[in-house]
Amino acid sequence: MSQAKDALPRASLDKIPLVLIPLIAVAALPLIPSLPTWVTLTIAGLAMGMMIFIMASGLTLVFGLMDVMNFAHGAFITIGAFVATSVLLPLAAWTEADKLWLNLAALLSAILAAMVVAGVLGLAFERVIIKPVYGQHLKQILITMGGLIVAEQSIHVIWGPDIIGLPKPAALRGSFIFGDIAIEKYRVLAVIVGLAVFAAMFGVLNRTRIGLLIRAGVEDSEMVEALGYRIRRIFIGVFVAGSALAGLGGVMWALYQETVSSAMGMQVMILIFIVIIIGGLGSVGGCFIGSLLVGLMANYVGFLAPKIALGSNILLMVLILLWRPQGLYPVAKR
Amino acid sequence: MIRTLLSGDYPRSRALSVLLLAILAGLALAPFVFPGTRSLDVAAKVCVFILLVASYDLLLGYTGIVSFAHTMFFGIGAYGVAIAVSRLGPSWGSLVLGSLAALACSALLALLIGVLSLRVKTIFFAMITLAVASFFAILASQLSGFTGGEDGLTYKLPELLLPGTKLLQAPLAGVEINGKIVSYYLVFFAAAALFLALLRVVNSPFGRVLQAIRENDFRAEAIGYRSVFYRSAANCVAALAASAAGILYAIWLRYAGPDTTLSLDIMMDVLLMVVIGGMGTMYGAVVGATLFVIAQNYLQDLMKLASDAAAGIPFVPALLHPDRWLLWLGILFILSVYRFPAGIVGKLRSK
Repeated sequence: MSQAKDALPRASLDKIPLVLIPLIAVAALPLIPSLPTWVTLTIAGLAMGMMIFIMASGLTLVFGLMDVMNFAHGAFITIGAFVATSVLLPLAAWTEADKLWLNLAALLSAILAAMVVAGVLGLAFERVIIKPVYGQHLKQILITMGGLIVAEQSIHVIWGPDIIGLPKPAALRGSFIFGDIAIEKYRVLAVIVGLAVFAAMFGVLNRTRIGLLIRAGVEDSEMVEALGYRIRRIFIGVFVAGSALAGLGGVMWALYQETVSSAMGMQVMILIFIVIIIGGLGSVGGCFIGSLLVGLMANYVGFLAPKIALGSNILLMVLILLWRPQGLYPVAKR
Repeated sequence: MIRTLLSGDYPRSRALSVLLLAILAGLALAPFVFPGTRSLDVAAKVCVFILLVASYDLLLGYTGIVSFAHTMFFGIGAYGVAIAVSRLGPSWGSLVLGSLAALACSALLALLIGVLSLRVKTIFFAMITLAVASFFAILASQLSGFTGGEDGLTYKLPELLLPGTKLLQAPLAGVEINGKIVSYYLVFFAAAALFLALLRVVNSPFGRVLQAIRENDFRAEAIGYRSVFYRSAANCVAALAASAAGILYAIWLRYAGPDTTLSLDIMMDVLLMVVIGGMGTMYGAVVGATLFVIAQNYLQDLMKLASDAAAGIPFVPALLHPDRWLLWLGILFILSVYRFPAGIVGKLRSK
């Protein structure tokens, strides 16, 4: 009894940012002419947000833990997508088959291959490129940018410079129709995968010992080291996991766009940066909310005024920074 | 005289002096020494990029700010001229008006970005400028009624600057003196003057403060220099110089489009030029830009020869393919950040 009393009180969750998501959704309702359109757009926005979250979560965690901002994160997204083309295009017999389980098997093997390749490359990248420049922000930005150039060019060498078409597996094309509401099947899958990643990440971070160490490392890495844990090893693990997630996100994004080009990573990176700035550098929860906000905003504005879709996200970022200069969930030490 | 021109900042290395003199002579006499459209294009591009890279070096090398919005200001300069001249007709008045509007717009935008986001960390600023710059590039290609969209704008200039205008009846030293030569020298002298002005800025007391902030902003603040103010000012000066480079580029090309001025690829090129040439040395901009632009235009020919020679070996020809020149420069870039952060200039000076 007394032990429970003495324990530190649980940090209360800041709920205001959570309200923003329904707020934006409700605010968009009167602007959009019909309810079914609104539902379709909302689901599309949530799906897009989930995909962005998959790609952004690793980056923000790496920054929170080790103060390293990897500008070449987009390269892992692109590589994941290209690995998917190498797996899925030869498996056309599986993806074109009329059986759901064959389609999913092909997709699953593409995802696994992409995650393994991106993870291994992430490990190599951390060892070769980032390790020598810990703590030097300027050099980090420069060196990861250089890594991005080299990675993009290497993709040209391996897969050629052309844009590659990547059709969705047969069972994931088309939409579910409920009355007037049409929901693309692939978006449902994206929401499921995104939620699974979020749940897994949340579980690992909050329920396991390694998650405890990661969270402690984000708060104060020196203290964790002083207690005898090798924060570098944890960090490498997080970096590899983040790269593998970027690979997974690359596969999802490539199938969503149905084309793969070497510039796609950089294009998505802009959204990812906006998301992690909105969420607060280093915060996974903030990253999740930021992703959903950006996804919803992009879809609503893309429907209402397509020309300013990206501008709306920049505006969102500026507004949030004016309200909370450190992002939605500021990480304590910064 | 030379001391005043160079603001007392000499090359401080014999090899570097020779190299700089060779570049200067090559650019000054380009129309006569390297006749032909392509080589003159390369020379003009070198002039413009020396100015652009030097202005970026003011930010990156001297102040320690990483901005990815530099090509945005470059683009504003180019589009300012392009829009004014194509709307108001090819007169000197519209040229000047467009330039002034572009400079004002750049200064304002730079101030806004600076005041809003220079208070925070390097990384934060880099990310925000990247987002803003890509938004701007998309805006330029979306507002097709105003900017010509993806196709960009092609326009006429005052008659003096057009290639059809002959100034001398007889060719001089075997070269016909036409409007193209005039506009080349306009670009050359303007770029040279602005480069020397930037050299003046970095060697002034203001420039010293910037370097102090780069080394230790906490300490600079403690001595009484408000680092936000100095950073914002440096951001504005660099933006103005970048816009001027954009204006010159628009005058030379008689075209402004997203791919030649606004794209992120050009930002990467500028980054490579600064780092390979040497950060924190204005002369690095000269060396870096010259090497890079020449490599961009001529390295590919060389690589094609090598690629053909290696035709039998698997995989090697793909690495040596003429389009892969950026791969090798990227590797050179990473090596220079690790091994010689002061770039080629630093290497030459340390000898």
